Amino acid sequence: MDLSWMGWTTPTALFFAFIGAALLVMIAWGIIAPQAPRVGLLRIETTPGDRLFISLLGSAFICLFWLALFGAPLWGALVCCLVYAVCVFRWV
Amino acid sequence: MKKTVNQKAWFMVLPVLLLVAFSAVIPLMTVVNYSVQDTFGNNEFFWVGLEWFEEIIQSERMHDALIRQILFSSIILIIEIPLGIFIALHMPKKNSLWTSLCLVLIALPLLIPWNVVGTIWQIFSRIDIGLLGYSLDAIGVDYNYTQNAVDAWITIIIMDVWHWTSLVVLLCYAGLQSIPDAYYQAAKIDQASRWNTFRYIELPKMKGVLLIAILLRFMDSFMIYTEPFVVTGGGPGNATTFLSIDLVKMAIGQFDLGPAAAFSLIYFLVILLISWVFYTAMIHTDEENQS
Repeated sequence: MDLSWMGWTTPTALFFAFIGAALLVMIAWGIIAPQAPRVGLLRIETTPGDRLFISLLGSAFICLFWLALFGAPLWGALVCCLVYAVCVFRWV
Repeated sequence: MKKTVNQKAWFMVLPVLLLVAFSAVIPLMTVVNYSVQDTFGNNEFFWVGLEWFEEIIQSERMHDALIRQILFSSIILIIEIPLGIFIALHMPKKNSLWTSLCLVLIALPLLIPWNVVGTIWQIFSRIDIGLLGYSLDAIGVDYNYTQNAVDAWITIIIMDVWHWTSLVVLLCYAGLQSIPDAYYQAAKIDQASRWNTFRYIELPKMKGVLLIAILLRFMDSFMIYTEPFVVTGGGPGNATTFLSIDLVKMAIGQFDLGPAAAFSLIYFLVILLISWVFYTAMIHTDEENQS
């Protein structure tokens, strides 16, 4: 199947592979060790899947703000995203 | 009692996931791929990294379109939500022929395709042949939506209010109909004023549908394209160039697929964030109502 029209690149493939892998890990985690939803900092009930979504969405905005303020590269933003994701999984 | 959550049930939605993958995920992946490359057609791509994102996020053009978009969505929400509630409150409560007639009349604008609504208002507002434009001109009002930015804004806002307030009315009306008579009887016994009945009975009971109405109207208005494009074409100048109009100009008009893809992704993220906030608020309200 010719997928050249999609314009694939290694970095974008890695990006989607990471998101796909994260989803698979979350599914496996949900099956192996089901977790009850909990209420955290945001005062809303969240499941691990919700926390992954909040982490990814927030990370996207962190990267955009980084680009707006400092421009590329995004290594600093990536560190911020990781710290943010850990905080979300721990406290949200 | 809380329902048991069984995550394995998600496997049942696999067929839908496949359909969504075909119609949304794969096109979205393509957009992501385009956003980090430059292309001149012929399936030839050149890696540019985050250059387009940097260019778009720092561009005045994007900022202006975003400000116009937020302003437009805010104005129409401020008008349509209270107006919709007001009309719903004054609709006949009991089921009768009159009620059905009101509902059909209210729903009529919703049945008209977007480009037809645009065309109707484009002609209606023209000062040479349009009833509205001609009448305003005849009574001495200096109105010309093709040359004056304020007139263009007023025209598209009135058009949107005309087209979409009905949706808010219908949702609020459904919310009001679901309030049992006992609540009104209790309010009468307590000699509650009309305002207090609204404030403490009708408004809390409408909270769920109002959130849906706000979510739908926000999303629709934030993605609006056809109507303002048909009426003003984004003008005069760039006065009514909203995000989607700007995006189409960039992608189709200029064939700048890379910057347009980066623009689309930023646009998508903003909509995703706001929709998630509304959705979470909606679910939270539902849970509060149930408990």
